[in-house]
Amino acid sequence: MRRWLPFEWIAAIRFLVEGRMQSLFIVAGVTIGVGVIVFMSAILTGMTTNMMRRILNSQAHIELVPADEVARPLRGGDPVITLTTVQRPTQRVKSIDQWQSLREVLARNPEVTHVAPIVSGSALAARGSASRSVTVVACEPETYFEIVDLPGNLLEGHARLASDGVVIGTDLARELGVTLGDKLRLTSATGAGVTQTIIGIFDLGNRGVNMRNVYVALRTGQALLGLIGGATALEVTLTDVYAAQEVAEFIQTATGIEADSWIKTNAQFFTVMKTQFTSNTAIRVLVALSVAFGIASVLVVSVVQRSKEIGILRAMGARRGQILRIFLIQGGVLGLVGSLFGSAMGMASLVAFHALLRNADGSEFFPLVLDWTLPAWSAALATATGILAAMTPALRAARLDPVVAIRG
Amino acid sequence: MADPVPLPAPVLRLDAVTKSFAIGTPVEVEVLHGLDLTLERGEFVALIGPSGSGKSTLLNLIGLLDRPTSGRLALLGAETTTLDDRDLTRLRGRSIGFVFQYHHLISAFSAEENVAMPMLVDRGFPDDEMRARARELLDRFRLAPWAGQAVTRLSGGQQQRVAIARALAMDPALVLADEPTGNLDTKSSDLAFDLMREINRERGTTFLIVTHDPRLARRCDRIVEVIDGRITSDRPNAAREGESA
Ligand SMILES: Nc1ncnc2c1ncn2[C@@H]1O[C@H](COP(=O)(O)OP(=O)(O)OP(=O)(O)O)[C@@H](O)[C@H]1O
Ligand SMILES: [Mg+2]
Repeated sequence: MRRWLPFEWIAAIRFLVEGRMQSLFIVAGVTIGVGVIVFMSAILTGMTTNMMRRILNSQAHIELVPADEVARPLRGGDPVITLTTVQRPTQRVKSIDQWQSLREVLARNPEVTHVAPIVSGSALAARGSASRSVTVVACEPETYFEIVDLPGNLLEGHARLASDGVVIGTDLARELGVTLGDKLRLTSATGAGVTQTIIGIFDLGNRGVNMRNVYVALRTGQALLGLIGGATALEVTLTDVYAAQEVAEFIQTATGIEADSWIKTNAQFFTVMKTQFTSNTAIRVLVALSVAFGIASVLVVSVVQRSKEIGILRAMGARRGQILRIFLIQGGVLGLVGSLFGSAMGMASLVAFHALLRNADGSEFFPLVLDWTLPAWSAALATATGILAAMTPALRAARLDPVVAIRG
Repeated sequence: MADPVPLPAPVLRLDAVTKSFAIGTPVEVEVLHGLDLTLERGEFVALIGPSGSGKSTLLNLIGLLDRPTSGRLALLGAETTTLDDRDLTRLRGRSIGFVFQYHHLISAFSAEENVAMPMLVDRGFPDDEMRARARELLDRFRLAPWAGQAVTRLSGGQQQRVAIARALAMDPALVLADEPTGNLDTKSSDLAFDLMREINRERGTTFLIVTHDPRLARRCDRIVEVIDGRITSDRPNAAREGESA
């Protein structure tokens, strides 16, 4: 008996060790439960963070665009022509009114980290006889690259956009058969055209973006798309990416300018993510419940088996509180030990699966995120669950009438 | 509690103690009918009587495991009927030792640990002194070689001796034994009885022993007989009178 351990701990541990089969089985049960949770949660967080990173790699948190143009029929006059179909006019590239002052207002908002104006529109990129339709994104490098890290995703060259430079995606470069230093002719729908030198080739981890987007300096784009001094969109990043939808709605009502959050534009991804998290939570709750019931049933049996011993302890002066704690400690220890083994098991299988499971192209099936707060949390939760589950049996033990217990 | 200086108050004093049990709600049955009993320090008393007469019930009351339905029960001069559960438990732990017919040792602990258990329960943490005291008692009871053994490995007689040692661990004023030798062969039974007698002489510990064995009862100083919940006879044991005290 170790002198630093109080009586309740000594008794609890001895009882657990003595009932080795029961203890072993329930610890195994908790281990499996916690192992599954740790494994599943890690895969889920890994996959979603990976996905989100991929999305936000090439996209701002909020994009402000001018409102759609609406045709207003002229009213009054001839009553005969009141019943008409109002056609939606074709949308043309246009600028946000007063975007400079809007940008200043936005930048003052504490939730906003960066605001960058861009001009974007479609154009044809041609090299010799090969041509592809592309989206020209014209930006100020110093602000825009704080939002989309183009320089950090370059395969070749640089992204110091000046009047005659263009940065294109790796897929477009392959399609057009161009390399660094080649000239590329961009022609807009209005007929305006510029010839740019390819100064960088990027890979933003998204095939669509790699194929479609070409980045030029703001002035170049403004000239190409016929919007001198204009901005077709303001790109915004926030301190809290998940608040994007609320902030976007707020901006929209405050300014009357359409604000789209990345959450809205990726609604499908979010729906999938939400269902995943909901089912993950449901599984956690169910596992916690079965752990609780398992621990409770083992301890109920133990209280019955030990009722004579409990009675004798009471006769020799053990207080009800001491008996209560002996069983609460047992519950907590079972939860804790099981969750430690479980976390180890979950982590080990995570590493093993990560090594074994590969996509067809050999890339990882899921990113390995070993988050140490997860085992810490599950240990704390499992211990609390164990103590809670032990409550009923422990109270039963504490309330045993020693006379009845000893007579048995 | 067991001071070497003689205590002014008797170890135990029962005053018109009754005990009733509820058997189905309005129905109560009185098992003990107004008992008066005083035990002085150093007495070695046999409690005899036919089966069902109320001996164990009485012992449970005296041992503060149960409360009388009416009457007064003073332990070492202190009235106990007004104490709450917590105080009763403490008083019980420090002043009373129990020996039961079946040893009721705690199987998860060694012999030595079982003997130290009442001290551990009382003090909360293990210490060297309780270990030494347990050793000393086991030595005394000729159990030293088994001190570290799991109690399940001991014979019935050895187990009962461990249980007696445990009852003496806190050096209680009063030891209550309910048929302590009922389950033992004559030799083990005599050994256990002799040990209790020795401690009684040496420490002045009061013993109240329920026994069905007339041979053992005759070796006590005083014999109290209970029949149908009443003390029908309480006499010094003439056969031993010259020998005792
Ligand atoms: N909890 C209880 N509820 C109802 N009746 C009880 C209860 N405990 C004891 N009795 C009754 O009280 C009476 C005395 O019982 P007790 O166990 O004290 O007798 P005893 O003298 O110890 O007998 P034995 O020598 O057989 O051990 C018996 O009739 C018994 O049925
Ligand atoms: Mg009895």
